[in-house]
Amino acid sequence: MSTATSSTPGSESGYSYLRHPWPIRVAHWINVIALAILLASGLQIFNAHPALYWGKSSYSGRPPILQMRSETAPDGRDVGITRILGHDFHTTGVLGLSLEDGSASERGFPSWITLPGQQWLSLGRRWHFFFAWVLVINGILYLAYSLRSGHLRRDLQPTRRDWRSFGKSIIDHLRFRHPVGEEARTYNVLQKLAYLAVIFVVLPFVILMGLGMSPRMDSLWPGWVDLVGGRQSARTLHFIGAAALVLFVGVHVFEVIVTGLWNNLRSMITGKYRISGSNASES
Amino acid sequence: MLQNPKDRRNFVLQALASASALMLSACDAVSRSSWGPKVLGAGEHASRAVQRALTSKTSLAQEFTEADLSPAFRSNGTDSPANDAYQAMAADGFASWKLRVDGLVRTPLTLSLPELRAMKKRTQITRHDCVEGWSAIGKWTGVPLSELLALARPEAKARYVVFHCADPMDEDGTRYYESIDLEDAHHPQTILAYELNDQVLPMPNGAPLRVRIERQLGYKMAKYIMRIELVESFAGIAGGKGGYWEDQGYEWYAGI
Repeated sequence: MSTATSSTPGSESGYSYLRHPWPIRVAHWINVIALAILLASGLQIFNAHPALYWGKSSYSGRPPILQMRSETAPDGRDVGITRILGHDFHTTGVLGLSLEDGSASERGFPSWITLPGQQWLSLGRRWHFFFAWVLVINGILYLAYSLRSGHLRRDLQPTRRDWRSFGKSIIDHLRFRHPVGEEARTYNVLQKLAYLAVIFVVLPFVILMGLGMSPRMDSLWPGWVDLVGGRQSARTLHFIGAAALVLFVGVHVFEVIVTGLWNNLRSMITGKYRISGSNASES
Repeated sequence: MLQNPKDRRNFVLQALASASALMLSACDAVSRSSWGPKVLGAGEHASRAVQRALTSKTSLAQEFTEADLSPAFRSNGTDSPANDAYQAMAADGFASWKLRVDGLVRTPLTLSLPELRAMKKRTQITRHDCVEGWSAIGKWTGVPLSELLALARPEAKARYVVFHCADPMDEDGTRYYESIDLEDAHHPQTILAYELNDQVLPMPNGAPLRVRIERQLGYKMAKYIMRIELVESFAGIAGGKGGYWEDQGYEWYAGI
């Protein structure tokens, strides 16, 4: 996010520069594929036992904190029910009960969002663990590159000026007001913090909670998984972490669209990002 | 071609849309191909290699206290084997049941339940993790598998321990079976359990004998064990993948 290439600084009509070098672009799109597959195959695995618990085991005498199931209503129709912390929600057709090809079937998440589509736990696990490795290796390469190239320090580490603009940045985001011109060459402070949180907190946490479900990894230091409440808590936190990633992607895509879809998209494909001059507008 | 920004944008949009549609159908095609699951299986081979490198051969699974015990230990899969010979033995309190230990051993064994109970025993409160995602905590008592192996004296070329079970899994009568390597077989927590929660092992949980392999998932822990065979390779047994669920596409290494 630094090297100017075909830049003509000072030009009234603006200029283009190389915003994202190729290693960042490649890592970004590998992440897109890996996270999409991890989400879909993760929901396939979840569907094998569509309930979440808090504690060391699932059978502790306490009810699950989230459960999806189907049951027959008094009028004879099958309904999908999602129970969250003791409250029942009717989620027929989406959660608990899917209606496809005219027939109803009991399943947690619907087939259009799981990989494979049909109930197929063993293959879901293969997809999940293969792309978990893709994500981890891609993440390690990204971090190595970011540290070496200075991307982390230069583009992501908040500056003192950033911290001072913290309140203003919140207000700007709420008003959908986005920096233009030279100011758009750097990430704003909320953006930096969101990226740093995903890179250094959410993704490592999700991976760690995934490993917490592994009986072999639990033997590395017996009892470590109790630090988060136990294996079933780790499973719940893995799910919540994944939901946090979905939320991040949603906000990220929204911001990409409202701050100039084509300019942003181009910068992540060819690397080139256009800075508009004082009179020019990005068309 | 694509000089006009609008054309270029439409092209990119269409490319993105086709890419996601392509990805969906590609995933489906990969799932159904003969090579796809094998390639994806590389991930689990990597997991096995890394997990085994990170943890020692004898690293112990977490053990719990009586306070953590699940009120009722869940049974999954077979509750009551549809096998007349087995049911006849069960009706008799397994008095006529005998465990065979054979294959690549210097001293084949035939052991009754009282003989197994008279051997060195180990009690452990451990968490059972099912591949489906749930966990239950139970207290198991049994004889360490290493004790039996010491008596049977495996031959040098023996590499795997195969558990042959009584429960038929389909109409053809395919019986449940499982296998582990000698490393897991000699693990201190690998026991042949005949008691659950201080009671004689109930039928839904695998009476009269089930194996506990505490650093792997539940499907490795075969119930209703009739025979233990030492082999050099499990390629010639049933589907050749080392276990009933492995033959259905599940991983032989179930440490994650």
